[in-house]
Amino acid sequence: MSATLRLALLLLAVAVCQGYQSNDIDEEDELVYEPSKYGSLWPLPQKVRVSEVSFKLPSASFKIVDAKESSAGPSCSLLQNAYRRYYEYMFGSVRKPGYVKSRAAGPSEISELQVWITSADSECDSYPSLTSDESYELTVDQPNAVLKASKVWGALRGLETFSQLVYEDAYGAKNINSTTISDFPRFAHRGILLDTSRHFLPIKVILANLEAMAMNKFNVFHWHIVDDPSFPYLSRTFPQLSQQGAYHPYTHVYTPADVKMIIEFARLRGIRVIPEFDTPGHTQSWGKGQKDLLTPCYSGTTPSGTFGPVNPILNTTYSFMRQLFSEISSVFPDAYVHLGGDEVDFSCWRSNPDIQNFMEQQGFGQDYSKLESFYIQKLLDIVTTTQKGYMIWQEVFDNGVKLKPDTVVHVWMGNRVEEEMQNVTEAGYTTILSSPWYLDYISYGQDWQKYYKVEPLSFKGTEAQKKLVIGGEACLWGEYVDATNLTPRLWPRASAVAERLWSAKEVTDISDAYSRLSMHRCRLVERGIPAEPLFTSFCPHEYKGV
Amino acid sequence: KRCSVTRFHFLPLIIFLVGLHAVEGIWPLPQTMTSSAERYSLDPQYFNFNYGRDSATQQGCSVLDAAFKRYFSIIFPDHISGSVFAERAALNAETVWGALRGNSNNLCSMFMNKGITFFVNKTEIEDFPRFQFRGVLLDTSRHYLPVQVILKTLDAMSYSKFNVFHWHIVDDPSFPYQSRTFPGLSSKGAFHPMTHIYTQSDVRRVISYARLRGIRVLPEFDSPGHTQSWGKGQSDLLTPCYKGGIPSGTFGPVNPASASSYQFMARLFKEVSAVFPESYIHLGGDEVDVSCWKSNPDVQVFMQKMGFGNDFAKLESYYMENLVNITSALNKTSIVWQDVFEYHERVSTPQQMIVVWREGCYLCEVRRVTKAGLKVILASPWYLDLPGPTHDWVRYYTVWPLAFKGTEEQKKLVIGGEVCMWGEYVDATNLSPRLWPRASAAAERLWSDEKQTSSVARAFSRLQDFRCKLLRRGIQAEPLFVGHCRHEYQGV
Repeated sequence: MSATLRLALLLLAVAVCQGYQSNDIDEEDELVYEPSKYGSLWPLPQKVRVSEVSFKLPSASFKIVDAKESSAGPSCSLLQNAYRRYYEYMFGSVRKPGYVKSRAAGPSEISELQVWITSADSECDSYPSLTSDESYELTVDQPNAVLKASKVWGALRGLETFSQLVYEDAYGAKNINSTTISDFPRFAHRGILLDTSRHFLPIKVILANLEAMAMNKFNVFHWHIVDDPSFPYLSRTFPQLSQQGAYHPYTHVYTPADVKMIIEFARLRGIRVIPEFDTPGHTQSWGKGQKDLLTPCYSGTTPSGTFGPVNPILNTTYSFMRQLFSEISSVFPDAYVHLGGDEVDFSCWRSNPDIQNFMEQQGFGQDYSKLESFYIQKLLDIVTTTQKGYMIWQEVFDNGVKLKPDTVVHVWMGNRVEEEMQNVTEAGYTTILSSPWYLDYISYGQDWQKYYKVEPLSFKGTEAQKKLVIGGEACLWGEYVDATNLTPRLWPRASAVAERLWSAKEVTDISDAYSRLSMHRCRLVERGIPAEPLFTSFCPHEYKGV
Repeated sequence: KRCSVTRFHFLPLIIFLVGLHAVEGIWPLPQTMTSSAERYSLDPQYFNFNYGRDSATQQGCSVLDAAFKRYFSIIFPDHISGSVFAERAALNAETVWGALRGNSNNLCSMFMNKGITFFVNKTEIEDFPRFQFRGVLLDTSRHYLPVQVILKTLDAMSYSKFNVFHWHIVDDPSFPYQSRTFPGLSSKGAFHPMTHIYTQSDVRRVISYARLRGIRVLPEFDSPGHTQSWGKGQSDLLTPCYKGGIPSGTFGPVNPASASSYQFMARLFKEVSAVFPESYIHLGGDEVDVSCWKSNPDVQVFMQKMGFGNDFAKLESYYMENLVNITSALNKTSIVWQDVFEYHERVSTPQQMIVVWREGCYLCEVRRVTKAGLKVILASPWYLDLPGPTHDWVRYYTVWPLAFKGTEEQKKLVIGGEVCMWGEYVDATNLSPRLWPRASAAAERLWSDEKQTSSVARAFSRLQDFRCKLLRRGIQAEPLFVGHCRHEYQGV
């Protein structure tokens, strides 16, 4: 894109988004900070009972251990790593070695958190999936706290909850109140979309955000890894895609080792990594490294030198896709891959005489959405042979493409959201919602409230239809976002989405949420995540990472 | 000690520099610049900064010695200083402050080629600022900003040639300034008496760090409104509000009817004027809510005694006049928000400066203030705490501070502008990316020639390039749009 065109887009975007800005301010409530009876718990567990009785946690001797009966032991490194992580979150800044005196628990102390995996298969070495059991039960009482979960995934969620119950008293000592919690997520798919094509995100930023996701009980990293502007995924099969299509062939790519590391880092936090390879539109960067993949656009009767979406009429296109998706399906262990399918611009297809001929042969007339469906159908068949399920943006469904019954339709458009949810579920497809959670749109004031007040099941439909809504995703598109501003733009605004997707439907008290979220954001800051403030306030430990 | 360099009579400066490609990185644009295709390589082993033979300052000038060191490592990251001097470039400036700006330039136009060779093109630049006051306001009351964050911002300011740090240090929510005369103000009024304060040595550190970068530190102690946090550590300072004939337990602005208020202010400002070497003090004076004054019987009695009738603007003027007198007795000139001018068009001190901050027709206000013969600093179009829904730097760039009807004299009274980063939604976590590079757009408007910098399209790629340079120097500046920098930000 030329500089002028980019600029025009920029100005347009400014103009369009001003509308949003003024709307948002009206919706906000004036909130006054009052401590919540649920302390700093975020997202709020399904069932919580916190008593007034408090215990000390001796930082020097406190341990997180496997319960004797647990099916996971020292060999489960996922849990062992988590124990260490949460110990450091809770005591990291105050631990003073040499101070340790081993002794029995005092009268008002809790000396251990026992983690008990009850199912014979703890799933310690598996990858989390859509059906993973994340439920857990937590009892904090003398002499020990006990965290019971069927699988390691529930244990991870419970550890986060336990760490959120710990607070500092006036003497700086760690305390926890006697508590019982029984918890499970309302929705199974709770995701964050990051866009690494419009701006390249260094690995470190992705990892930090996986950490923050775990602190908010998110469980899906939707990796919008490639798009028009750049192709940073280093493919073993087609290395020229990133060699030619990335911003820089070495410094702005994700190598197979990088990808592997991110997937494992996510797994250890109970987070699925779903890659998106969006086609046939949004593929300008693909064309640089793969000749004849994109459709040559014509101006009159001669090629104009520019290219449009993937060329759907060539056999080479499909053999390319077959090889690429075969690689992707082995690199990314998750059972789903996101195939995109959004915002296809037909003008280039229309201009191309070969495509026109093909349209005639196929009897598509002038209906280019039929050509799009033709392409998508073939792509879906290819992906099906790799044993993966697929997610697609809503247009694919809207255009009437035949989909496998387990397809996840991703609703993103801002208009007629409820109608779309209704239609998708009526057709029997599972769906996830993103429309209200485009966090790349920003405005003055407390827009987290707007994200918080969304009710994903507010559309008209039967109980069975509602069950098909498996969750949602907060999207942070990359036009104006890179490593410099991603984290404070995402957190704690995405935390509002996290509670909506995890907690019970009835959890809607906005001033209680304000209080808990303020404390939660300070906790994120203390753990090294630069989460921005909700409003005028302070944290005991301010962010110092500048 | 102030360092100064000999006068030069319009000798064009031959600095380093710049091929067409590299010219994009210069920001703000110098007043005149010609560069040729002729290019020199710079070898870090041999390159050196040196004082010119005729320079009035020589080694030992702390400002320039420190600047040489700083800019050397910016130009040549990861290189150790060489020792041989090759006379290639000269930078002439009347004072060290000009030399600092030139240094910043030379860097901007330096570009790196593949590998480790550094080049500059032959270039001549003559440069000076369009406006003398180019400020950034940080608000350390609504959120506390750790000293480290302020220093980092001063670094970034110097890269955009800003020269005033307007330190909105206290306000309603908290009083982080640790006063040696009234320590109770911060021990009671700060968010935390130990961790959320600026000690005297913190303040000194900020001032000296700023000085080395040619930046003045202008403190603002805003009163009589915006003082809720003051009341915590200073009883009887604020006006007790009344409800139905009895005190309601809440407090309003500083009590203007009580002599003790002025005694307190005189002592506080005596301290402030000693701590801050800057010859101006910002007295605030904005957004005073008079309802509490109205409710208070003592204030009512005072109003009658003074013959103010029911005109509370007169009471406000009375208060501000007292404050202005206090500061002028301390040999400081006062700066106030436009509110003070509005309720008080009668000019008390002609040196007084007015900051125009309200939205709407701000140039109308500029015109009125200059017509009254007062100096103006423009802030209205540069409230950067409002986040652009997208990257809206264009809005801050397309500001024309002198586009009002007025005489030449009036225009001369517009001495500059400032970027305001209020703290409701801003703290250390998001300050830098919200401020940079959007503030740089304002910086160019305040430094450069307006005719040469009126095109947004031409500025765009240059600013993009400049923001990558900021990243390279460790400033967390957010992107303008889709794209990349050779060296991306590696923090979180």
